Amino acid sequence: MSKIHVTTKINGDPVEYLCEPDETLLDVLRDKLGMTGSKEGCGTGDCGACSVTVNGRLVCSCLVLGAEAEGTEIGTIEGMAQGEALHPLQQKFIEHAALQCGICTPGILVAAKSLLENNPDPTEEETRYWLAGNLCRCTGYDKIIRAVLDAAADMREAS
Amino acid sequence: MALDSKTSNEAIQFKVVGTRPLRPDGIDKVTGRARFGADISAPGMLTGLVLRSPHAHAKIKSIDVSAAEAMEGVHAVVTRRDFPSLEPGSGTGDVLDNCMAGEKVLYDGHAVAAVAASSTHIARKALRAIKVEYERLDHVTDVDEAIKPGAPVLHPGRANESVPEGSSPNIMARYEFGHGDIEAGLAQADRVLERSYKTEATHQGYIEPHACLAQMGPDGQADLWCCTQGHYMVRNTCAEILGLAQGQLRVTASEIGGGFGGKTTVFLEPVALMLAKKSARPVKMVMSRSEVLRATGPTASSSVDVRIGMTKEGIITGAFAELRYQGGAYPGSPVDMGSMSAFAPYDLEHVKTVGWDIVTNRPKQAAYRAPGAPMAAFAVESAIDELAKGFGLDPLEVRLKNAAREGTRASYGPTYPAIGLEATLRKAKDHPHWSAPLGPNQGRGVACGFWFNFGGDTCVSLNVTPDGTVTVSEGNPDIGGSRASMSMMAAEELGIPYEKVRTIVADTGSLGQNEVTDGSRVTFAVGLATIKAARAAKAEMCKRAAMVWGIDAEAVEWKDGAAHPAGPNAGTHPPMTLAEIAAIASNTGGPIAGHCEANPEGAGVSFATHMVDTEVDPETGAVKILRYTVFQDAGKAVHPAYVEGQFQGGATQGIGWALNEEYIYGEDGILQNAGFLDYRIPVASDLPMIDTVILEIPNPGHPYGVRGVGETSIVPPLAAIANAVSEAAGVRMTDLPMSPPKVLKSIQNS
Repeated sequence: MSKIHVTTKINGDPVEYLCEPDETLLDVLRDKLGMTGSKEGCGTGDCGACSVTVNGRLVCSCLVLGAEAEGTEIGTIEGMAQGEALHPLQQKFIEHAALQCGICTPGILVAAKSLLENNPDPTEEETRYWLAGNLCRCTGYDKIIRAVLDAAADMREAS
Repeated sequence: MALDSKTSNEAIQFKVVGTRPLRPDGIDKVTGRARFGADISAPGMLTGLVLRSPHAHAKIKSIDVSAAEAMEGVHAVVTRRDFPSLEPGSGTGDVLDNCMAGEKVLYDGHAVAAVAASSTHIARKALRAIKVEYERLDHVTDVDEAIKPGAPVLHPGRANESVPEGSSPNIMARYEFGHGDIEAGLAQADRVLERSYKTEATHQGYIEPHACLAQMGPDGQADLWCCTQGHYMVRNTCAEILGLAQGQLRVTASEIGGGFGGKTTVFLEPVALMLAKKSARPVKMVMSRSEVLRATGPTASSSVDVRIGMTKEGIITGAFAELRYQGGAYPGSPVDMGSMSAFAPYDLEHVKTVGWDIVTNRPKQAAYRAPGAPMAAFAVESAIDELAKGFGLDPLEVRLKNAAREGTRASYGPTYPAIGLEATLRKAKDHPHWSAPLGPNQGRGVACGFWFNFGGDTCVSLNVTPDGTVTVSEGNPDIGGSRASMSMMAAEELGIPYEKVRTIVADTGSLGQNEVTDGSRVTFAVGLATIKAARAAKAEMCKRAAMVWGIDAEAVEWKDGAAHPAGPNAGTHPPMTLAEIAAIASNTGGPIAGHCEANPEGAGVSFATHMVDTEVDPETGAVKILRYTVFQDAGKAVHPAYVEGQFQGGATQGIGWALNEEYIYGEDGILQNAGFLDYRIPVASDLPMIDTVILEIPNPGHPYGVRGVGETSIVPPLAAIANAVSEAAGVRMTDLPMSPPKVLKSIQNS
């Protein structure tokens, strides 16, 4: 099987890789590029642990082929903090104890960031529906929702 | 030296314990840096994959691996033949048989062979090249069907001596608990309710699939990295299965992406080690979600009959339950703990439970958060609710009238010390939730729950660094913030800021034996060992200060993070802080440390009361959770945010169990919903906020009064929700899950 050459941008960095035609973007990120922040919880697009953005759109990277990343801009959890400065969502997740085991956290943060980019002032219900594709088994979502709403309020105040 | 030996936390003025500091692994986990089971690799690493049975029950007539072995890029193929033989029927023998089938496959998804290859692509091709010849056998996946005459038999002759002669050969054990004369008790009742209840198997549903990386040299030294609730258990089990010396196998626990009991055993680890041995290369194995659901432990499904007698004043005069749990393909369902916990919340003169451990052609069950208790509580708490409402009595008041308290002889034997059940019930009665109005098609339910909590083997090593900071090494994977709690207890005891302590989870080469992270034991037992290790370090630091001051060590006391002279002959030396003592440790006898190795008793049982409002759509049968409040005794909440998190998480798993989640088997014995689309766990839009009320009735068995909190929270929800749905729908729900078709059918039939 011949490999496909892909040129893309990940978290602002130019990246090139060779991938198999059937290899997912998630596998490329994790196994080829060493970016293991995106997690595989199901491989079928049901859990959201592998959430990334492709050209600003929130997707499950397990449902995107590595080859499809050609010419796009990918955003992952590794690009969320600016140097040492955490994104407000990241900070609020720690402050609100919005993670227990932390396996779903990268996907939820990427999804929540996408929510706030689309809707800076979401209601609790809008937040719950936006994040309905991200499974968390530890928290019951209570502290996650509070952290997102609190981060949204802070970000609105700062802007 | 003088130490605070008080055992009641009312007397302790906590400075760190009870606050909400940031967890030490927080930044790693919000930035994607934390390394979970599948997040590590090694040079020259191979990919390991498992071939699994497509049949529910079959004899393995032959396995031909020659074509797979001959493939380019394939470095090892293993089957059961590669493993040393263990005594069949022994605990570890069953674990091995579950990791790699021997003569028979016992369930859909049972492992039969594994390969290690240079790429995933080649490994998949190699699996397809393995030829297994099966002779299919009849199968049974239902607990009640499994004990009918003529049912397919999984393990002829495996029943233990507790099972009466003539019983079904699929019954592996019988348990009985209780006291008094049950028939005499029931005779005193104004009404005796007889009811049967069923629950379906549910999976722990951790988002991280099982994963490991194994290496083994020809000298028998091996290293294993894996996501587990107990790497010491992994070490001991793998060493026994592979015939290795325990000391030669070093296991490092990765960050763990959820466990809930499901990661208290091994699945991939012995296979990965065997593949690594045969290939002489590092081997990484990661399960798919479908493999997790088909082949790792769900909890037992249950079928429970209850007989409870009650007077019209609400006094329970006698209580009996017969519990049948199927634990999948091997003995060991948690029916013993279900039978012990069923009536544990009540003070009963006449009580009896009988439990039957039954095998079926399903995956071997694994512990799931308070294993065995939620199903028993579902039956008992539903029956009590029905009786109370039948007499027009307040269900909280009825529970208060019968509640176990200090001095009550528990239905499973022991006499309780101070416990918190009454406190949770009173708090629930006084809470605004209890008196809030309900709308049409809405109902409110309450239920109580109990869990034992455990202690177990525990080692902690606390080291004081030369600059006066402190490291704590413990041996239990941190599943929900326990490193923060350990750092807090060490800081509290030493009198230094939380930020001066860093806790790590050490590998199996660094500490003695540690029991698995289970039984809600870590904050209790590891916390206790951390406090004792800190006390040992304080005693040593007092000795060093005494040496500097030229006085007796007994004339030195530790307070506020420093050694102080105390007593009439101690003199007037200025206090020496921990940092000052640490800085000169090299000149006063060498490095300073404290450690504790213990198997602490006194874990302290835990009780909760849950209250829930539901709305039932009479046209579809769909149930919406409107409001939920958890009242639970934590003994002492070390980090209240993570205690709340345990309450909320347990309640939510209970909501899934009550409303959506179930293992669905076809007539062919094949699991039909092995994915998160069809095995649907609660999502954010299904739920309201989960309110929590933490009660603190100190556990006399812990220096700070701590009780385990992790498991009790999943015990009451099944019944609390069933009671609420029954009220909302106007019909008693006795089968879980209360999925829309089932609720609709019940409404239509009523």
